[in-house]
Order: sequence, then structure tokens, then C-alpha cells
Amino acid sequence: MSPTLAVVVKLVSIIALMLTNGVFMIYLLRKVLGHLHIRLGPMHVGPHGILQTMNDVIKLLTKEDLTPRLADKALFFLAPMIVFVPSFMAYLALPFSDTLKATSLETGLLFTFAVLSVVPIGILLAGWSSGNKWGLLGGMRSAAMQIAYEVPLLLSALPVVMLAGTTDLGGIVDAQAGTWLSVIPRWFITNPLIWPTFLIFVIASLIEVNQTPFDMSEAESELVAGFGADYSAMKFGLIYLSEFSNTFVMSALGVTLFFGGWLVPWIPMSWYEAVPVLAPTVFMLKTYLGIVLMWWIRGTYPRVRIDQLMDLGWKRLIPAALVMIVLTGVVDKLIVPLFNGAVSW
Amino acid sequence: MESAAMDHLAVGAFVLFGAAFVVLVVWVSNLLSPKSANSPDRLEPYECGSEPIGPSWVQFRVGYYVYALLFVVFDIETVFLYPWAVAFGNIGVFILVEMVVFIAILAAGLGYAWKEGALRWR
Repeated sequence: MSPTLAVVVKLVSIIALMLTNGVFMIYLLRKVLGHLHIRLGPMHVGPHGILQTMNDVIKLLTKEDLTPRLADKALFFLAPMIVFVPSFMAYLALPFSDTLKATSLETGLLFTFAVLSVVPIGILLAGWSSGNKWGLLGGMRSAAMQIAYEVPLLLSALPVVMLAGTTDLGGIVDAQAGTWLSVIPRWFITNPLIWPTFLIFVIASLIEVNQTPFDMSEAESELVAGFGADYSAMKFGLIYLSEFSNTFVMSALGVTLFFGGWLVPWIPMSWYEAVPVLAPTVFMLKTYLGIVLMWWIRGTYPRVRIDQLMDLGWKRLIPAALVMIVLTGVVDKLIVPLFNGAVSW
Repeated sequence: MESAAMDHLAVGAFVLFGAAFVVLVVWVSNLLSPKSANSPDRLEPYECGSEPIGPSWVQFRVGYYVYALLFVVFDIETVFLYPWAVAFGNIGVFILVEMVVFIAILAAGLGYAWKEGALRWR
């Protein structure tokens, strides 16, 4: 395959994946939240309402695209782009299987975090440019809280990098192959040392994707719809598509870092080689399980206050993450080698 | 072509394609959507239906900027930790001691900011 063609194939398949994910996740979210609230969710368009989101896409496409009078016109258009492009790029480094990935960047993990950290700039711009006080407040809150939780998020991935010895997401998956005592998977989550780290990762990633206990930026009962209040039609659609897509990417990242990516140790490697769709299927199933877990949390807990949120991030999670890094280092370099009688200085 | 170069090419292509996709989608939606006649308050910002008072770009508490400064410091220090974590498996206890010193300085910085009240949301 020529290089140009390869890039085109990647572009088309990832945009297709992103759009399908968006459409499917919106339906799934409504159903999951519906059933958590003991109601049915969408039921009318198609059997069990499965065509509801398609209907919504068509509606968004044919809505009038309004730019409010007080808006900064250029930035108002630029903001959805700055929100959308990074979340589209975040798919680049995800390993769906050994070979099925857009790129095998050596710095895949850092790359993903880096592009995702551009999203708050877009959200801040969206709030600023719509010329709406609620929008501006929402944008500022969102930026403040996402930067507060980016540090613990980055720190909580560090122990995994220390144990795996690479930031290439494919390499991190490879480091989790095999089993302990031939039963327990060698996923990082089965290492008790990683449990507190994983908890920090879960909390920080919920905030990074604006999920409800932490959705201060669009708290509908306080801020109308926050940074998105003045967006309509497809500009609104793109911002929300990117939000759902970020949820997917975060969950996929969690699966890759802690749950062995596309690996299931009880399935022999020869099966993976024989059935090429097995690995991506396992990866998608794990990722969607993670997403449903996020929504379970979303449907269960009430929203926290912004000062509580900032305190949790700066005064609890960051110190805890630092302690976990040192602890992982000490156990891995001193305690385990001491038992084995071979400390390397 | 070399695979690393290909990967970086793909990253560049994704930026351009993503931006083009946004323009395309917004353009298509503008083609399909109805244009209704202008009425005086259609384009007002939506502030729960009441008329906006004063400029929208209001002043913000300085607290946001303190957090932003802290974030820049800590984010960069975290990024410094990554190359260390990658090399962690290859070097002995020495690498651990070195990083404990670094993290201690980091923690002291956080403690100082905490003590000075920079982490209090006011």
C-alpha cells in the first residue's frame, strides 16, 4: 500500500469509528441513564428507539446555525474546531490490536494526553466567544477544573509507565501479557500497588470528560448549558460529538493502561492470530464496559461544588499520586529485590 | 518510507483533515438549514430569557490565574517525570534516589503554595 493511501485509509476509518461511536454512545447513554432512573429512555423511533440518535443527527444537520449578536464571530467558529480536532487526533495512538492502530508513536501515551489537553482551550474559547455570561462562566470553570485534574491524571499514569518501561501504548499492552500463577491476568490492575493509582486515574478521567458528578462547566441547573448555551446546529453537534468521543478515548486509555488492552490471558495467542477481529472486539467490549461504568457513576452521584472539586484535586489527589509514584518505585527497586536477594544499585 | 516518519505524517494529516471536516460539516448544515427572517431579539445571547445587562466579558476572580500558574509549574514537572519513568527499569536504586529528591522538591513547592493559601478557592 502506498503511504498516501495508507494515511487516507486511516483518516476514513477513524472518522467513521468516531461518528459511529458518537451515535451509538448517545443512544447507550440515554438507555443506561434511563434504566438507572427506572424509566425506559427513547422507545419510539425504531424498535426500542435505536433510530433515535440518527433522527437527532438529521435534526442537527437541518437546524438553523445561529451566531449571537454579541459573539466574537471568528472565534465562535474556531472554537468547535479547536474542540473537535484534538479529540479526533486522540484516536491516533490507541492500539485496537497488535497491528490495528493508526500509528505506533513511541510517545503514544504522552501524545494522547497532550492532544486531550487542548480541548479545554476550545471550551474556554467557546464560552468566551459566545458573548454570554453563563457561557463565559462555564468555560472558565471547565478550564480551571480540567487543568486542576490534568496533573493527577498524568501522575496516575506514571506508575504504569514505570512498570512497563515505555510510553508506547502498544508496548504497555505487551507488558501485560501472560498470567500470575497461570490464572490471574498480568494486567496492571491485578497488582495491588496499582489500585490507589487506578482510583486516582478514574476520578481524574471523569473530570477530564466532564461527567456528571463533575460537570460544573455545563451544570444545567446553574449555568443553563454553560459554554455550549449559544451554540446551535452542527457546531453544537461537533462539540458534543467530541465530548462523547473523549469519553471513549479516556475509557480506552484506562483499558490500555490497567486492563491489558486487547489481551485476555486465557485466550491463547494462536486464536488472536487466527481470528484478526478478536483483538479489536475484546478491546471495544472492555472500553464500552468502562464507559458504562462511568455512566453508572454519573447516574448515581450528585454534583459536587467547585471549591470541593478544586480541593480534591490539588490537596488530595496530587499528593496521593506523588506518594504512589515513590511507593511504586521503592517496592519495585528495593523491597521486591531484597526478597529476591538481588538489589541492583 | 520509514515508519516513524509515516506516523508523524499521519499526525499532520489528521490535523488538516479534522479542521476540513469541521468546515465541511458546518457548510453542509448551512446549506440544509432554513433561514428565518430576522427579528430584533433572535440573535440576543440566551441568558435565561432576560435581557443581557452590561458587557458579557466580565471580570474574573484572580484565583483562576493563581491556579493556572500552579498548573503550568506542576504540569511541566510531571512531563519531566515521564522520561525518568521510561528509563526506570534499566537503572538501579540510584535512579530512585534521584527522583525521590526531585519529588520532594515538588512536594515542598506544593506545600508552600498550600500554606500561602494559593489552593483556597475564594
